[in-house]
Amino acid sequence: MARIAGVDLPRDKRIEYALTYIYGIGLPSARKIIEQAGIDVNTRVRDLTEAESARVREILEREFRVEGDLRREFQLSIRRLMEIGCYRGIRHRRGLPVRGQRSKTNARTRKGPKRTVAGKKKVKK
Amino acid sequence: MGRSLKKGPYADPKLLEKIRGMNSRNEKKAIKTWSRRSTIFPDFIGHTFLVHDGRKHIPIFVTENMVGHKLGEFAVTRLFRGHSGQQVERRSGIK
Repeated sequence: MARIAGVDLPRDKRIEYALTYIYGIGLPSARKIIEQAGIDVNTRVRDLTEAESARVREILEREFRVEGDLRREFQLSIRRLMEIGCYRGIRHRRGLPVRGQRSKTNARTRKGPKRTVAGKKKVKK
Repeated sequence: MGRSLKKGPYADPKLLEKIRGMNSRNEKKAIKTWSRRSTIFPDFIGHTFLVHDGRKHIPIFVTENMVGHKLGEFAVTRLFRGHSGQQVERRSGIK
């Protein structure tokens, strides 16, 4: 059982992909870690030796910000934007798209499910 | 490195000059400006700018973590008072 960076324990997968289960680690960083730790890409998580997982852990600790720390960092930067009252911060407060997308239609990811407005006429012929 | 990074930060020379002058004279006075495109430099901290929003000038007090943003980001140009016949909107009080 490999337990790296808190709660993540993917098994049966090649480490390359298993590492991407950690928040903040994608494929490129996963590959970098593996290369640095000198582990064969094809090893499965369950076949990792203690020494190998220790090395992975050490590299993660030293060079990456993952999981809670990373999430906190994101939150802090968003909070900063909201506090200084700049345009991006206002968009965050309002729950509207931040990067200049149209919001007349679409933007459902930011705006959430549709709220139908009462009294709005049906489309005319 | 993006092209805009290579070019470096920009602020209206006139504005910079004014600020530097005020800093050397240890003066604090609100500066009326239309230069929304100017980046906020560290020298600007503590000054108040009256940034034009297209109609009037909006007072903006510059704090430390505003550095690097543009003045225009703090004076919203769009006025939206809600749709006609809109129900009383629940205001979420997030500051």
